[in-house]
Amino acid sequence: MSGFRILVGCKRVIDYAVKVRVKPDKTGVVTEGVKHSMNPFDEIAVEEAVRMKEKKLASEIIAVSCGPQQCQETLRTALAMGVDRAIHVITEPKEYESMQPIHVSKILSKIATEEKADLVIVGKQAIDDDCNQTGQMTASLLDWPQATFASKIEKSNGDLSVMREIDGGLETIKVKVPAVLTSDLRLNEPRYATLPNIMKAKKKPLVTKKPSDYGVDITPRQEIVSVEDPPVRQAGQKVESVEELVTKLKEAGLV
Amino acid sequence: PDVKRGNYGSVRDSDLATFERLLPGRVLTDSLDGYNTDWLKTCRGASQVVLRPKSTEEVSAILKYCNEKKLAVVPQGGNTGLVGGSVSVFDEIVISTQLMNSIISLDEISGTLVCQAGCVLASLEDYLSNHKLTIPVDLGAKGSCHIGGNVATNAGGVRLLRYGSLHGNVLGLEAVLANGEVVDCLSTLRKDNTGYDLKQLFIGSEGTLGIITAVSLNCPQKPEAVSVAFLGCESFQSVLDIFKESRQKLGEVLSAFEFMDSQTMTVAKENLKLRSPIEDYPFYVLIETSGSNGSHDEEKLSQFLEHVMGTGIVQDGTVATEPTKIQNIWSMRERIAEGLMHDGYCYKYDVSLPLQSFYGLVEAMRERMGTMVTRVIGYGHVGDGNLHLNLTSPEYSTEVMDKIEPFLYDWVANHKGSISAEHGLGFKKKNFIYHSKSKSAVRLMKDIKHTFDPNMILNPYKVLPDF
Repeated sequence: MSGFRILVGCKRVIDYAVKVRVKPDKTGVVTEGVKHSMNPFDEIAVEEAVRMKEKKLASEIIAVSCGPQQCQETLRTALAMGVDRAIHVITEPKEYESMQPIHVSKILSKIATEEKADLVIVGKQAIDDDCNQTGQMTASLLDWPQATFASKIEKSNGDLSVMREIDGGLETIKVKVPAVLTSDLRLNEPRYATLPNIMKAKKKPLVTKKPSDYGVDITPRQEIVSVEDPPVRQAGQKVESVEELVTKLKEAGLV
Repeated sequence: PDVKRGNYGSVRDSDLATFERLLPGRVLTDSLDGYNTDWLKTCRGASQVVLRPKSTEEVSAILKYCNEKKLAVVPQGGNTGLVGGSVSVFDEIVISTQLMNSIISLDEISGTLVCQAGCVLASLEDYLSNHKLTIPVDLGAKGSCHIGGNVATNAGGVRLLRYGSLHGNVLGLEAVLANGEVVDCLSTLRKDNTGYDLKQLFIGSEGTLGIITAVSLNCPQKPEAVSVAFLGCESFQSVLDIFKESRQKLGEVLSAFEFMDSQTMTVAKENLKLRSPIEDYPFYVLIETSGSNGSHDEEKLSQFLEHVMGTGIVQDGTVATEPTKIQNIWSMRERIAEGLMHDGYCYKYDVSLPLQSFYGLVEAMRERMGTMVTRVIGYGHVGDGNLHLNLTSPEYSTEVMDKIEPFLYDWVANHKGSISAEHGLGFKKKNFIYHSKSKSAVRLMKDIKHTFDPNMILNPYKVLPDF
């Protein structure tokens, strides 16, 4: 049996190391001129797909990203990590601001059907909105089983055995393929793209499509009312020095 | 070993009372371990008093008093120095700049920052980045070191290649002399050729000519686009070839060029549990580019990388533009000093050598020391001709030390290098000054010291050989 065809979702988000600032008009955060990168959990998803291909469990990997023109950089990174081809579903920057997991999952499920994918792997959540919905919604739209918060994925007689991170600890389930998986932190440590692969990636196919090509309407269904900074931490006393802190802690009987 | 305490006064209760009057609540006499031990944990002083002034006036009052009573002092910033220059040798009074951490002014147009000497470097960087500026000096200790200390030691760092040394970037400073006199050279002018440029004497004087209390710095624009490439290659000659190519092809956007040998990478992997982005190679090069236009720089870097991969001088590598990845790659280089501490005792050397003989010193030491040491590693600012050579052993051993010194310094002197490229002389290296400076030069230095500090109370036993 030839390997799985895997569809991987790669979201372009503000880089983890950047200090996020709220826009003065409170409609969102500043993204203009701010460094972006691939959502770390999506990187883990890409890495897992590439490893499955190296183990000959998968035969083709397709990366998908929805958003403005710059998403192509994110896709090139995925290609440099070992993905075979990429699909960029382009949207206007303004439209992207109001794009929600429901829209993305509709697009992903359409692509999965069109491309005859066996597995859809996405990060468990994006570090900008922390929604943790896209994987689950995609599974529902496709009527496929889902294995979320995966920390280990193994083949098990044509099915998959997935270890999940749950509140109580670890849970191992068996899922039939085709399925949707979402990656958790401990699934793997993504590789750095090395130069020869970065150069090869430039020649790999990257097609641009529109949401309408998949019959998906991305009219916003939610309205962002306001975005604010978390409240400044109140209370607490300011002390002049470490010595004073120690004194105060001793006085309060805490040390 | 053979250092004798100088003919200084000892701190008495009456002195403590005076200090308390001058700096209420900021005289420490308890729990002074942190102030008495250097960062490398190789030098321990016996200071009984730590003074924490908040202003130049207070520093002036303290020094005036100490000068009268002939009490020796050791100025201390972040205490991150690597040559034992920031801790006392006997019972010198520690004068700490910890509380002198105000930013005085910033001229956004000219990029001139004026601040007190106790500002932590990383805090200054944070402040400046809000104004799209950056400090011209950058080193691994940035989370703890004070700008005053950086100036006093003429700190180099990873961006010297691009921005030059502090001698060029310090526009002015304010310092207090041993007798309490305040020397105000705190100019903010880019050009000022009026008389002898006194500030240059203080820069790099390691606290022996005066205590720097305020600094005026010329800050460059913060680069919009930063990229980092981490490359693996076969030999040190390849490192030099890559350097030549980067100077030519990356030119004005090159902002850092560092190298590491494979033994250094082992420290990162074993001691710090960091992951290398690429496979194992004998040598690694870290190249950083910074510029005002991302696509321009990435294009240049991309072409450069294709070229060096194509000609085979680079075997493999990775490149990053995302802040998280850039930080990860830099930490492999910046945390090495920390990683070495895990081995036990670190014999740390920082030398300047002509590039032809550069790595030869590492090989010579490796051969000479054999199994007497845990490891011998070489890394550093190869772009500036500055090698950081480190040897480690589980504990300090006089036998090991005697085998290293003076052999290492002699080797450097024979190859016309400097025995201390950027770390300074401090306490550990002062007796080797003649390896890199002539007798007449040192004699002049002693004359200058005598003029600035006749009672020799400022950071004694450091920098210059005893006289």
